[in-house]
Amino acid sequence: MAERVATTAYTPYSRRRDASQAGARWFGRFFLYACVVVFGIIFAFPLYWAIATSLKSEPELYYYPPLFWPEGFVIGNYAEVVTKYPFAYWFWNSSLVSALTVIGVTISSVIVAYSFARFRYPGRDLMFMLTLGTMMFPAQITLIPTFILFRLLGWLNTPLPLIVPHLGGTAFTIFLLRQFIMSLPRDLDEAAVIDGANYPRILYSVLVPLMKPAIATVAVITFISAWNDFMGPLIYLNKPNALTLAVGLRFFQNQPSDARRFDHYMMSMVVMTALPCIILFFLAQRTFVQGIVMSGIKG
Amino acid sequence: MMSAVTAGASPGATPVAAATGRRRSRAMVREAIWGYVFLSPWAITLVLFTLGPLLASLYLSFNDYDILGSPKWVGLANYVKAFTTDELVWPSIGRTVVYAVAIVPTALFGSLVLAILLNQRLVGTAFFRTLFFMPSLVPVVASAILWIWILHPKLGPVNWMIEQFGIQGPGWMSSAEWALPTVILIGLWGSLGGNRMIIFLAGLQGVPKELYEASDIDGARALDKFRHVTLPMISPTMLFNLILGVIGALQVFNIAFIATKGGPAFATWFFALHIYRQAFEYYRMGYGSALAWIFALGLLVFTYIQLRSSYRWVYYAGE
Repeated sequence: MAERVATTAYTPYSRRRDASQAGARWFGRFFLYACVVVFGIIFAFPLYWAIATSLKSEPELYYYPPLFWPEGFVIGNYAEVVTKYPFAYWFWNSSLVSALTVIGVTISSVIVAYSFARFRYPGRDLMFMLTLGTMMFPAQITLIPTFILFRLLGWLNTPLPLIVPHLGGTAFTIFLLRQFIMSLPRDLDEAAVIDGANYPRILYSVLVPLMKPAIATVAVITFISAWNDFMGPLIYLNKPNALTLAVGLRFFQNQPSDARRFDHYMMSMVVMTALPCIILFFLAQRTFVQGIVMSGIKG
Repeated sequence: MMSAVTAGASPGATPVAAATGRRRSRAMVREAIWGYVFLSPWAITLVLFTLGPLLASLYLSFNDYDILGSPKWVGLANYVKAFTTDELVWPSIGRTVVYAVAIVPTALFGSLVLAILLNQRLVGTAFFRTLFFMPSLVPVVASAILWIWILHPKLGPVNWMIEQFGIQGPGWMSSAEWALPTVILIGLWGSLGGNRMIIFLAGLQGVPKELYEASDIDGARALDKFRHVTLPMISPTMLFNLILGVIGALQVFNIAFIATKGGPAFATWFFALHIYRQAFEYYRMGYGSALAWIFALGLLVFTYIQLRSSYRWVYYAGE
């Protein structure tokens, strides 16, 4: 702004200052791009290495200096992993758990957030404080009793312990959506009341359409955390065919006693496990950031 | 809305006011009922899977319970054992605190820097945002396995690169001195560009443009604007990220469990790992519960201290 004012006043002094400012600006931009690229490389290199390794043949694993570009491009590693291990089961289990968790968490969080944001009733604020309080508790503390509970119910080695506890929403998603609804003007609800709409109708046809970015954000966050959940499957599942991808990966870990290395298989599995989330995030990121901005998360 | 509520609550003497008051109170009951209905999915799961288990684990922490027999009341014995005879407890708490002290400020600062970079309207921001976010999209087992391979002392690319400078690379996870720093570095890689960065980005985009324009007119430099506009405006976001960051860091488990298994020589034996081992490998459910409660109370104290001290440095624009 200030420079544009300066350029309209054609004095030699301001022109000189303009030039030096443009230089500084150019240098600043260059510096920013350099930083972004360096960070990008640091974050992406391990994944590049996973992809490169996944395309190597077994002998290539032992090359030193290590091969930065695989020679053979053994795409067969992927086929090997899919056919020789229970990969199909793991993929199906992960998909089932993630899909049902996303549906349950998203629908419940919207409804519960609506209750917290728009209704007045005794005990509401206490419940809300409790909800926030659960975020402060470490997961380990409920793990032992829930394990005992699910064991008694005979739910071990089924997807149920991974899905059912989330069906009522999670503290974080409820909090996020509540903040979002609070930012929407109440006049909208009241106009709908005058038109004779009941509460479910207001939520469904007035608020939900406006909440789309936040709902998408919640769905993406939930999918990623369900897909990558490690602790739950580790404790509740131990039969090979019942595992999810996140714990199935441990199958490929080299044991000290192994004479051969399986890193090429392991890395193709790593790539296949990580890919769905990466694609999802790339597609959803604009909505994702918007959803968090609009909810105005504050401490 | 406000005026309507006060009108309904005021002791109106006229019959009309009394009638509307009655109708209003009926509406309030209806509203409350619907509120409870909408709250119920969360209330039910909260009681069944969080509050109930919380109480159960508190009860178990005063018992000996190996899952096969029935719980046997032992009073405070589990807590006494944790602080006196169990030699792994204090060192594991110390290690966990070292990890948190190293990672929380660095990750907080690093995520903020990344968010600021992404907020500069550079070409390709969407691409870089995905790159930065990628480490937190990779399942923990995958990233642990990946790092074991990358940091392999003999076959890994990192030690090869270090060797090009004529230096012998360290043993990383297989060396007792390097294991903890390695786990910290991997933790940083995994968390710098994750949700924390996105939340900072959201905070930065929420700063009103007028404030920057006003400081432009006052002739403020970029650094001044950052110190006197950006930082105060995003301080609530900072607090949010700090609290969740501390809670997350003190729960460090995955990398140590998968990659180093607590070793070598207990170098990465964190407190959460100790709880897991006691509860799910030795099936000491009572003792594990006591450890979990010690952990939870420690976390609550930490969080409380942070919230108390936050009044001094957090600025809420709304107040």
